[in-house]
Amino acid sequence: MVDIRSGADEVIPLAEVEDVELYHPKSWWTHYVFSQDAKIIAIQYSLTATAIGMVALVLSWLIRLQLGFPGTFNFIDADHYYQFITMHGMIMVIYLLTALFLGGFGNYLIPLMVGARDMVFPYANMLSYWLYLLAVLILAAGFFVPGGPTGAGWTLYPPQAVLSGTPGGQDWGILVMLSSLILFIIGFTMGGLNYVVTVLQGRARGMTLMRMPLTIWGIFTATVMALLAFPALFVACVMMLFDRLLGTSFFMPAIVEMGTQLKQGGGSPILFQHLFWFFGHPEVYIVALPAFGIVSDLISTHARKNIFGYRMMVWAIVIIGALSFVVWAHHMYVSGMNPNFGFFFATTTLIIAVPTAIKVYNWVLTLWRGDIHLTLPMLFALAFIVTFVNGGLTGLFLGNVVVDVPLSDTMFVVAHFHMVMGVAPIMVIFGAIYHWYPKVTGRMLNEAMGQIHFWVTFLGAYLIFFPMHYLGLLGIPRRYHELGETAFIPESAHTLNMFISVMALTVGAAQILFLFNLAWSLKRGRPSGGNPWRATTLEWQTPQTPPAHGNWGKELPVVYRWAYDYSVPGAAEDFIPQNQPGLGMPTREHAS
Amino acid sequence: MSVMLIFLAGIAGVVIWWMAQQRLTSRPWLEVGHVGHPGGGERSPIPPAQIGLYVFLAVVGALFSLFISAYMMRVGTPDWWSTPIPRLLWLNTGALIVSSGAMQWAKTEAQRGRGDPMRAALLAALVTAILFLTGQIFAWRELTQAGYVLADNPANSFFYVITGMHGLHILGGLIALGRTMTRVWNGAVTDRVRLNVSLCATYWHFMLIVWLILFALFAGWANDFADLCRQLLT
Amino acid sequence: MAVVLILVILAVGSVVFHLLSPWWWTPIASNWNYIDNTIIITFWITGFVFVAVVLFVAYCVLRFRHRPGNRAAYEPENKKLEVWLASVTAVGVAAMLTPGLFVWNQFVTVPAGATEVEVVGQQWLWSFRLPGANAKLGTSETRAIGDGNALGVNPNDPNGLDDLIIEGGELHLLVDKPVKMLLRSVDVLHDFYVPEFRAKMDMVPGMVTYFWFTPTRTGTFEVLCAELCGTGHPQMRGTVVVDNEADYQAWLEQQQTFTQLLAASQQPTAIASSTSPGK
Repeated sequence: MVDIRSGADEVIPLAEVEDVELYHPKSWWTHYVFSQDAKIIAIQYSLTATAIGMVALVLSWLIRLQLGFPGTFNFIDADHYYQFITMHGMIMVIYLLTALFLGGFGNYLIPLMVGARDMVFPYANMLSYWLYLLAVLILAAGFFVPGGPTGAGWTLYPPQAVLSGTPGGQDWGILVMLSSLILFIIGFTMGGLNYVVTVLQGRARGMTLMRMPLTIWGIFTATVMALLAFPALFVACVMMLFDRLLGTSFFMPAIVEMGTQLKQGGGSPILFQHLFWFFGHPEVYIVALPAFGIVSDLISTHARKNIFGYRMMVWAIVIIGALSFVVWAHHMYVSGMNPNFGFFFATTTLIIAVPTAIKVYNWVLTLWRGDIHLTLPMLFALAFIVTFVNGGLTGLFLGNVVVDVPLSDTMFVVAHFHMVMGVAPIMVIFGAIYHWYPKVTGRMLNEAMGQIHFWVTFLGAYLIFFPMHYLGLLGIPRRYHELGETAFIPESAHTLNMFISVMALTVGAAQILFLFNLAWSLKRGRPSGGNPWRATTLEWQTPQTPPAHGNWGKELPVVYRWAYDYSVPGAAEDFIPQNQPGLGMPTREHAS
Repeated sequence: MSVMLIFLAGIAGVVIWWMAQQRLTSRPWLEVGHVGHPGGGERSPIPPAQIGLYVFLAVVGALFSLFISAYMMRVGTPDWWSTPIPRLLWLNTGALIVSSGAMQWAKTEAQRGRGDPMRAALLAALVTAILFLTGQIFAWRELTQAGYVLADNPANSFFYVITGMHGLHILGGLIALGRTMTRVWNGAVTDRVRLNVSLCATYWHFMLIVWLILFALFAGWANDFADLCRQLLT
Repeated sequence: MAVVLILVILAVGSVVFHLLSPWWWTPIASNWNYIDNTIIITFWITGFVFVAVVLFVAYCVLRFRHRPGNRAAYEPENKKLEVWLASVTAVGVAAMLTPGLFVWNQFVTVPAGATEVEVVGQQWLWSFRLPGANAKLGTSETRAIGDGNALGVNPNDPNGLDDLIIEGGELHLLVDKPVKMLLRSVDVLHDFYVPEFRAKMDMVPGMVTYFWFTPTRTGTFEVLCAELCGTGHPQMRGTVVVDNEADYQAWLEQQQTFTQLLAASQQPTAIASSTSPGK
């Protein structure tokens, strides 16, 4: 291996990077509404996801009000309760987290971080957003159709999802949900092709794969997984639509519903579960991998130290992505499938713990001997480590097939997946917003409001979900509209439920402060300059902030180094941007 | 889900083969100043649209693999009566093969820069593909008139849903082909035309392969093949 | 140093909460204390890792927080350390997985002498069927459900004629006798769940699933449904009573056989009309 560090810093001439045909907006409408600029599409995706996410947040309040104070709020009857949990789950997992990480962060960061002018297929990118918006509107329309939205649980298990014992089963609810999902998947595929091909073919000269920031590795791997996993949900949705509308029996066995024999027969509900979880498990990592990538960059930048074990981090992302396709049935240990599958799936599931643990070690080892600036992004990154380690470790309970038997379908599962794929990735989303808001708007978010938001959200969320595990350990099942009189549940469990509900309302209220901060800082935030965090990656080196259409002015950047040259011995500054050829040269000044 | 897992293993093979050329074991912090090496993690010379199509075909492949997986899990249950294969399907298959061949011809002519034969070939491909779709609809009508309706039996349900899904993909291909043809109809054979025609040809061949697999599946040969594999293994 | 303090409190507080929590699993009433033991092993290992990681983060923040003039160390990787950490993790994972797989093997292997008991779920009611004098359960089919045959027992199977049918009532089991629960549903997914027995399994329409256990103490236990089955899901309750030999036999004699139920339903429906005057 040649050590170039001490060698000559040849400046390679800017050459032979053919410029993409850039789309140019002609009117206000094509500039801000039907825009094909990835940055505008990213903001559209983010705002839409936040809006529908707020609906899901309000639903979570209603769910907690019912669980903490059963019988007090009469308008939350069983039907409504099941509709609320279904919509809350589906919105949070798919329409908020997936859309925000890939559609929002992916669109904004991929072109900027790899040094491209835009996505490679801008028109498909625009269509992707409008299909997503349509899917969101159809989903929200579920609240207004006869019978209301479906109450089948976000897993939509047949046969109950299409029978009359479930809200929306024989009304419009389930149809609306399935159509919305199908549209979402088609829209996502258009966006996903863009993200993948832009990473493959849009990179600036010198941006080799191993020089890419881990954010891009995370989003890229997650997108590849999503492209292969979403078809499973698509197939399941199409087949269920046929079952519900045209009387086929893909998932419908012989059924006596409330004393009446149904016509259908022979189908297999387990088949649906296989398809659903073949999508559903990779989906967990579709949300987690971008979070892993982003948090790596936040920690490295704000600890002024290169990410520890970069190569291992890249390999771990790829290995986790690949393994996540062979663990799906760990959601089905007690589903009635062949119990011998349990041996295989428990083993593969626990093997994933090893690369995941390596990532955790590398994050904390990056802190070791760093120069830790306790900025808001860093605080959220620390909160991510704590909540992710907590949620990841409880995953070792549920992945170990025999331990899963008493814990499955209890509040333990609810606590686990909220901690690991709810709280932890959302900590990263917040950290990322505090980190990149200055690039998007040119202004910093307000620090005081940010501190309040951070402490309430982090500690509040921990106090919600950590004690919840113990309700599950006690044996309290999930998806119970009310616990009623149950012999084994002590009075103290109801008190704990009340406490959790109060915390949930508090954490929810803190998010309103956050939204206010986003709006307030847009005009009144402190001007940030082009690179307030003194970061190395390309998006901070744009000639304008916020980046103009086409991102880079006349010349595309050329990349001379990896993304993590922080505190390099002998360098003048404690960071060297990726597009800077030399070692000790002063940082290039950019007019902003 | 075994069919899907086999498909994924194939995808994994391609990904590993590609990654093996990307110097994933290099130590990037030691390589300051170098602007990459050709084939050493830099982008490849293949046009983005072509890579985009390959990725899309992987998605379509996943979709049909999952349908076939579901089919394989259901086939042979006690309430399963195989749907007869209408003789028309043989004709349709022929039409699709001719269509695919015509696309290949168009691609060759485009590469040689000969506009007129290319247009003729594209037209032939378009007509035969439309013929295929029409034939499929007639095959459906023939089956329904013979009493093999959608919800009657799982074999019928799978037949209609999967052939319908395949037909929709052919329809999508026809729209793309139509756009390409309006673009090339009067113009010269530019690089862009060459690329578009070659993309259509790739899609056509892929959908033909999917159709042949589906046809084998419905005709029951896939089961015979699976049985053979099982016998060889035991 | 609020951050450091809070991280330490969080780590220590979580452990204290775990030790003092009044919310702990119900007193076990089956042979599956192996499962409880595996959970305890898992708690030890994961608890140690959690506390170690959080305290390490707290220490890093304390020791390496930014002060003017500080500069971070430059250390791209340390292969030895990474390999060492990965190996230790692998050992820890294996320490949890291995006992887990051994217990799972026991869980899926039904002992030869187990009595068969069938549980049938429907929205939102539990019913049960026990083998009669011939000690064999008859076959069943959802299509056979009709008057006097709410569980869909196959009327043409002679083995089923003497089966004892308990529609919506209590199930009694004999203490210290292994029992194989055969689970069936006539409409949607359900899940037969008694927290004190630890074992549970989904009931899937169109399939018969199973699990086995040995009740180890007498008493009355509540049955819950653990798989969302529609609006009545939380109300779908039942009762299992674990009896000693004498009580069990006394209860058994009161139960009706399938033949008796069929005969009763063929009488003019006097009972039905007298019990539902409101209709």
